[in-house]
Amino acid sequence: MSRFILGQELPSHTFHINRALLVAYANASGDQNPIHQDEAFAKSVGLPDVIAHGMLTMALAGKYVADQAGGSSSVKEFSVRFTKPVVVPADTDVELIVSGKISEITEAGDAKIDITAVCADTKVLGMAKAIVANA
Amino acid sequence: MLNPDLVGRTFPGATSTSVSQESISAFAAVIGESEISVATPTYAITITLDQSQKLLQESGLDWTRVVHGEQRFEIKRPIVAGDTLRCDSTIESARVMAGNEIVTVRGDLFNGTELVVSTWSTLVVRA
Repeated sequence: MSRFILGQELPSHTFHINRALLVAYANASGDQNPIHQDEAFAKSVGLPDVIAHGMLTMALAGKYVADQAGGSSSVKEFSVRFTKPVVVPADTDVELIVSGKISEITEAGDAKIDITAVCADTKVLGMAKAIVANA
Repeated sequence: MLNPDLVGRTFPGATSTSVSQESISAFAAVIGESEISVATPTYAITITLDQSQKLLQESGLDWTRVVHGEQRFEIKRPIVAGDTLRCDSTIESARVMAGNEIVTVRGDLFNGTELVVSTWSTLVVRA
């Protein structure tokens, strides 16, 4: 029994990103770059404000993929381009809306998911794709 | 600028990382994942990006101007607690586009002789 069929639209999920989450991700991942935590520093290097780690956005999209596919163990490949930064102002929850569509059933029988990740009406990931077990 | 002679070369990891359940759980907690018997799909970056940064800095790249352009994972099997992972890093390509230096580095994570996860990080050094 296969989980996915070609062309299937997957339900969207909304994640909430705020400054506290950026600190938590920095601590869990070891990426303490100040552009993800320090507003003054971020602005000093030409950014509009603190921005989320690209890898946090990808980790959340990965959580979405794992949830759709029946768990992290089902995820075989996952790739993205970081096309736009996710800007995270102080005292604000920024919404990241992730959705997906099955664009291919591979020869090996796996499913390819085309992923869309949108923040403030802007796509923040490009060419985002995952290959997952279709079981 | 990265030394162009290094493109295509593989640098074996000198040390290994012991993966703890605490580390897997902490990473999972941030993204709201409660299933922690295996690592989440992007967990490998906590090991490979650090190794890539060290290698590229030693190779002449200005890390203070780096932004992450692209990222890819190939997961042979999920990382689990108890894995002892060595990261071999390969500089796959380096080019200059519109004044920006673009470098792709692959990290292969081995548990003993078993390839567990490969990661490709494309980094852009802003002009």
